[in-house]
Amino acid sequence: MSERQPLSPPGMMAAAWIVARKDLAIEFRTRTAFLSAVVFALLGVTIFYFAWDSTAVSAPDLAPGVLWVIFTFAGLLGLQRSFASELADRAVDGLLGAPISRESIYLGKALANLVFVLGILAVTIPAVVLFYNLPFGGGVVMLAGIAGLAAIGLVAVGTLFSAMAVNTRMAELLLPMLSLPFFVPIVMGAAQSSSRLMAGRPVAEAWPWLRILLAFDIVFVTACTLAFPFTLDE
Amino acid sequence: MTSTASASPDVSRRTGPDLLMGAALVAVAAVYVRALAFTPVEALQGPAQKILYIHATSAFIALYVAFVLMAIASILYLWLKDEKLDRVAESAAEVGLAFTTVVLVTGPLWGKTIWGAWWTWDARLTSTLFLWFIIVAYHLLRGAVEERGRRARYSAVLGILAALLVPFIHLSVYLFRTLHPMPILLKPSAPSMPSEMQVTFFTAFFAFALLFAALLRARYRIATLRDSVDDLEQAHA
Repeated sequence: MSERQPLSPPGMMAAAWIVARKDLAIEFRTRTAFLSAVVFALLGVTIFYFAWDSTAVSAPDLAPGVLWVIFTFAGLLGLQRSFASELADRAVDGLLGAPISRESIYLGKALANLVFVLGILAVTIPAVVLFYNLPFGGGVVMLAGIAGLAAIGLVAVGTLFSAMAVNTRMAELLLPMLSLPFFVPIVMGAAQSSSRLMAGRPVAEAWPWLRILLAFDIVFVTACTLAFPFTLDE
Repeated sequence: MTSTASASPDVSRRTGPDLLMGAALVAVAAVYVRALAFTPVEALQGPAQKILYIHATSAFIALYVAFVLMAIASILYLWLKDEKLDRVAESAAEVGLAFTTVVLVTGPLWGKTIWGAWWTWDARLTSTLFLWFIIVAYHLLRGAVEERGRRARYSAVLGILAALLVPFIHLSVYLFRTLHPMPILLKPSAPSMPSEMQVTFFTAFFAFALLFAALLRARYRIATLRDSVDDLEQAHA
């Protein structure tokens, strides 16, 4: 950042936004992680189609499961990169030395990851609708809402584990090992609620699942924000 | 090095046989004898029901003793930063992993005989399975971090988050099952047990709790020794 910050440090959310903008600028200039995650997601969607007998299970029945499983795996690719990018030249020292709270580093990183993951979904959801011949109706708006809830939960936990995994001996392997058990309620909640909405069922049927997603988001955004400072070295 | 000094007296005191472990093993052996030879065979389930004495007791100890101890020690570690708490969490997790493995091995054996299926995606089974996955990940994480303070902080964070996760998994699988009724399976009936079985059950519980305590203590000592060796190596490096 070329302009000098004034002497008073920015507030928590303003600082978080600066961190997020930095990560997004890096990603926007290189675009490697985002493009590979999107291609990975599209490949996954197509491979899944051939993994089962389409005369036995209809495509719309399988689509929600495919979508949310692919979403978690593609999300992991983005999360991996979140803190790995701070390793080069010990860039993380710059973050830690900045006059901002540890919590705002976490929120900024999470915000950038959220944009990343929602970007993947913005490509993957239309691809699933297209390839699996889903009815394209009012359910799509609701699907966007579910995507938002699922993405927040995934990013909350994933960002924290990314910060931890990057400092271990087997970062690439450890992140999925740590994260996937935590994604179980997210995948279940998102898949169950979206399959009901795609089948044209009333919203009330999806509501218990949406409530789990919402509760998961509230609990884990809070817990991970509080826990994040413990993952940083003094 | 203050931690070396504090660890050493503990180490020197520990010579001679582990009496607690001995008592625990004798108690477990006694429970086997009692369960097999001196407890009536259940009328409906036959000999298969005897798995109860290992399965239910191990499940209780794994979930409500080992796992809760790990979570509490993790919270306290982040608060007090005392290495002993980290070693308690580590030991509880490892012994808990052994007990959870026993639950996951004996469960399907019993289930196949009584329900006719090795596995069902019931809320309790699924939460136990994921708990097992998380504890395995917990050990992998510990093994993958070199620096001791960082290892302790990371594993404490994971321990706390895991404790928050298990209710969510339980709740969502419960919802999954109630909204999608599966074929009704014959559950192991739990009418009031005959008193001989109750005595065996509570003796088994006591024996396994003793075994847990003995293993926990032994594992804790290994962790203490390992850390003091580490301290000595660093002091002489």
